[in-house]
Amino acid sequence: MYRIAKTDIPSLLAAIAAKGDLYLPVNTAGKTNFDAWSEDANVDLDTLKTVRSGKDIFFPQSENLYSCNRTDGKLSVTAAELEDKDFVVFGMKACDVRGLAVLDQVFLSDPVDSYYAARREHGTIVSLACSKPDTSCFCHAFGIDCANPEGDVATWFAGEYLYWLPKTEKGEALTAAVSSLLESTDEKAVEEAKASIRAIQEKLPLKDLSLDGWGAEAAKTKFDSPLWEQLYKPCLACGTCTFVCPTCQCYDIKDYNTGSGVQRLRCWDSCMYSDFTMMAHGNNRTSQMQRFRQRFMHKLAYFPANNGGMFSCVGCGRCVDKCPTHLNIVKVIKAFEKEGK
Amino acid sequence: MMHECTCNPGYMRDTLIPQVGIITDIREETPDVKTFRVNAPGGGKLFEHMPGQCAMVCLPGVSEAMFSITSSPTNKEYQEFSIKRCGQLTDQLHTLQVGDEILVRGPYGNHFPVETALKGQNLLFIAGGIGLAPLRSVINYVLDNRENYGTVDILYGSRSADDLVQRKEIEEVWSKAPGVNVHLTIDREQEGWDGHVGFVPSYLKELNFDTNKVALLCGPPIMIKFCLQGLKELGFSNEQVYTTLELRMKCGVGKCGRCNIGTKYVCKDGPVFRFDEIDELPNEY
Repeated sequence: MYRIAKTDIPSLLAAIAAKGDLYLPVNTAGKTNFDAWSEDANVDLDTLKTVRSGKDIFFPQSENLYSCNRTDGKLSVTAAELEDKDFVVFGMKACDVRGLAVLDQVFLSDPVDSYYAARREHGTIVSLACSKPDTSCFCHAFGIDCANPEGDVATWFAGEYLYWLPKTEKGEALTAAVSSLLESTDEKAVEEAKASIRAIQEKLPLKDLSLDGWGAEAAKTKFDSPLWEQLYKPCLACGTCTFVCPTCQCYDIKDYNTGSGVQRLRCWDSCMYSDFTMMAHGNNRTSQMQRFRQRFMHKLAYFPANNGGMFSCVGCGRCVDKCPTHLNIVKVIKAFEKEGK
Repeated sequence: MMHECTCNPGYMRDTLIPQVGIITDIREETPDVKTFRVNAPGGGKLFEHMPGQCAMVCLPGVSEAMFSITSSPTNKEYQEFSIKRCGQLTDQLHTLQVGDEILVRGPYGNHFPVETALKGQNLLFIAGGIGLAPLRSVINYVLDNRENYGTVDILYGSRSADDLVQRKEIEEVWSKAPGVNVHLTIDREQEGWDGHVGFVPSYLKELNFDTNKVALLCGPPIMIKFCLQGLKELGFSNEQVYTTLELRMKCGVGKCGRCNIGTKYVCKDGPVFRFDEIDELPNEY
């Protein structure tokens, strides 16, 4: 265990950024999101939840897969360069770190998505324990401990210090690179910080949220429930929930005409949109109820069935905070719990 | 140029990156179906595939979509796609000329179990309209490995005689092949047609096939529904019937989320399913 005085954090960030790109929560125009570090960036390590999860560092909202040019009728394809430089993501919370593990199941399974894999390979994650988990948080329902986050390095704020614990080889390498700024210490302050975080968790409204009845078996039992017809009604199909979600990975592939050629872009998409499944032949999900059901069945039943029980939700609560009609995964879970179905 | 990541040479060529293909032949099958022959620019095939597999065909600047490969893998020279004009991309594809280049990536998905469950079996192919495209790959595979399979019945129907695709091959090759019975039908009476008239499902019942067969079924959803019903009335079980599903796809490798139904991704777990497998899926296809 190491520590560094809070007042020295700017030096620590500058030292990390000197070795390669550094992404961390930055407040811009009143909103905090992961962004590249610069000397005059308004770094914000106090906001509990960035508006977006930080998944876009590894799976950008849009990225070029390849460029295509036509010369004298002949086509040529040039694949986009893969990430080949090491970078650091600082200040990811436990839920978002687990969110990457969910995305790994998708993008690193055969056939590996090379764009995502290269970023994962070159990225080092410095996680940050949640000093004050909030009323919309329910990460513990998925076995995530926000007091003890995963990551290559885990950090905690306690007293006047930031505590630093390398957890992987990558984490050890980063620690070695900034060791002149860190001092060795014992675990006592961090143990106290963990206890205080857990005391807050005990008082949170969603602390008893239970996923009993969900998982692989729900794929068969919950699809035909009449509850979906009631639950979906306020849904505006705006897709906000999917865009702020750390685990949503549905994407579109689109052509962008550059004037001199075509770029093939991969962009985030949303299963909540009516054209998501529409093709010339027809549409297999024509109603918003069907699309709404698909999103939650996928996260809580289909995904676990295919991934050893792992849910495609990490309880970050962003959809709880951001849905304009106060519709969210917690409401779905509770409605089914109430019906005992 | 493909980029090779120094830390993992396995990343060399992402499955989302297409190859350039050149159109070497175009056959006008019907007023709205053309069959495109595709080769690698230097000649030969772009890739090897199995019957029932699909590939993404892309026109840069327009879009790309998944099409079944209609040629058999026993054809060593080229791949073919039979494409019906019915949307943005297919409209543009129909304007292409021999010599034009397109982008192709694949093959994707599973295939009909020609080397396992279908081997040694009597086969009944049931197709409607452009639904013949995926089955043609199997039919020609079976005919090229004739000794491995029993009797072959091909029941094929379309709206009119002009809408029957691969008509030349049906009449000149399939109808003359040993142990093969071809049963054609069109929806309505038409001058110059002395064959059967009526929908595929009702002809299926008329033909009263015995159940000592495996059925492979492809066509519009309504035809599939009534043919399955007809097969059941004849005594076929779900385990004896295969079909292909068709949903919107973008990636082809089970990651973009579009073709997910239940725990399956049609692009990678399908497109070929046995009906008992389909029965396990939520009714969203």
